[in-house]
Amino acid sequence: MNMNERFEAYIASDAKIEPKDWMPDAYRKTLIRQISQHAHSEVVGMLPEGNWVTRAPSLLRKSILLAKVQDEAGHGLYLYSACETLGVSRDDLIADLHSGKAKYSSIFNYPATSWADMGTIGWLVDGAAIMNQVPLCKTSYGPYARAMVRVCKEESFHQRQGFQILLALCNGTEEQKAMAQESINRWWWPALMMFGPRDEDSQHTEESMRWRIKRFTNDELRQKFIDMTVPQAELLGLTIPDPDLKWNEERGHYDFGEINWEEFYHVIRGNGPCNKERIAARQQAHDEGAWVREAALAHSKKRAAQSSTHAA
Amino acid sequence: MNASNAWPLWEVFVRSRQGLSHRHVGSLHAPDAEMAIQNARDVYTRRQEGVSIWVLPASAITASSPADKDCLFEPANDKIYRHPTFYDLPDEVKNM
Repeated sequence: MNMNERFEAYIASDAKIEPKDWMPDAYRKTLIRQISQHAHSEVVGMLPEGNWVTRAPSLLRKSILLAKVQDEAGHGLYLYSACETLGVSRDDLIADLHSGKAKYSSIFNYPATSWADMGTIGWLVDGAAIMNQVPLCKTSYGPYARAMVRVCKEESFHQRQGFQILLALCNGTEEQKAMAQESINRWWWPALMMFGPRDEDSQHTEESMRWRIKRFTNDELRQKFIDMTVPQAELLGLTIPDPDLKWNEERGHYDFGEINWEEFYHVIRGNGPCNKERIAARQQAHDEGAWVREAALAHSKKRAAQSSTHAA
Repeated sequence: MNASNAWPLWEVFVRSRQGLSHRHVGSLHAPDAEMAIQNARDVYTRRQEGVSIWVLPASAITASSPADKDCLFEPANDKIYRHPTFYDLPDEVKNM
């Protein structure tokens, strides 16, 4: 058996790969792409919500939203650290985000235009993310799996607080309920797109499944998400904006309408409503924070130099 | 920022409560140890996960090589007499 065959057999036995273990270049590259994309999504994901921190309707809602945004920052950091164990530097990862070479979840290229969106993002966007992330707790690369365990523990609060925002609006005035419905109308389809292209169009699925990086296909997860979400929408009294959505007794699943794949690829290629704004905001934060990073490093170097003089 | 200007990497260990040992939870970048502890507080203990934090420079860790796994750990495989279950004792010996 050569190295490659040994690796494939090892993975097939459901064993975990750790940073210093031998791995094929393609496995390493796939992981770097997926983990960094995941980290970037957490970080860019702070932007639409950060937009509402100062406009949350109460002090409690503001505290909750702040805690959620802080969690997203934390998730980004766990994932960047996991990615760096593959031998890539944090600076390179961030440079790839800013240059557009690395992608992040397309969902964050849509604007959050009403308070109800904070509810919908928690319920649908974090709900879809959880669906994707729970199987990743068992992914074959150890550091990624461990980071995902932490992320998943924290993500559940995000979804519940979102649902509760919508519940409050749906039990409120006519205008509040209309605000919630309008929000669902905008976010439903982009949320379904979060699971990625159809299985037959997904270039990475087959290999990632064999390497046990992914444990379920895009279409399987999308169907699971829809089946779980429809009853929750009924509970809220909101209508899912899909005339073709119907329970299929035979399949034991909901049938649903055709996703607008043209829109999906349009947004991925950088032409969504907020792509340019999101990257510009990240780039600006990075540039304006440069002096802080440099000053902190200069300070620590100076202190280290002082203490070594004292010691001598 | 070039590589020499990058903040060093620290490994973070958290004691979840008194009586338990510190456990590795992940890593982070920080300019020095003091800032590493501050950052670790925010990154790894937002939900009362700890009562004490250790940080150490990742570069200070010497790890065994995966290639040495067999010669390091295999010798223990055939020494089952190191486990209490190896010894069959008469039933009359109740708790031992």
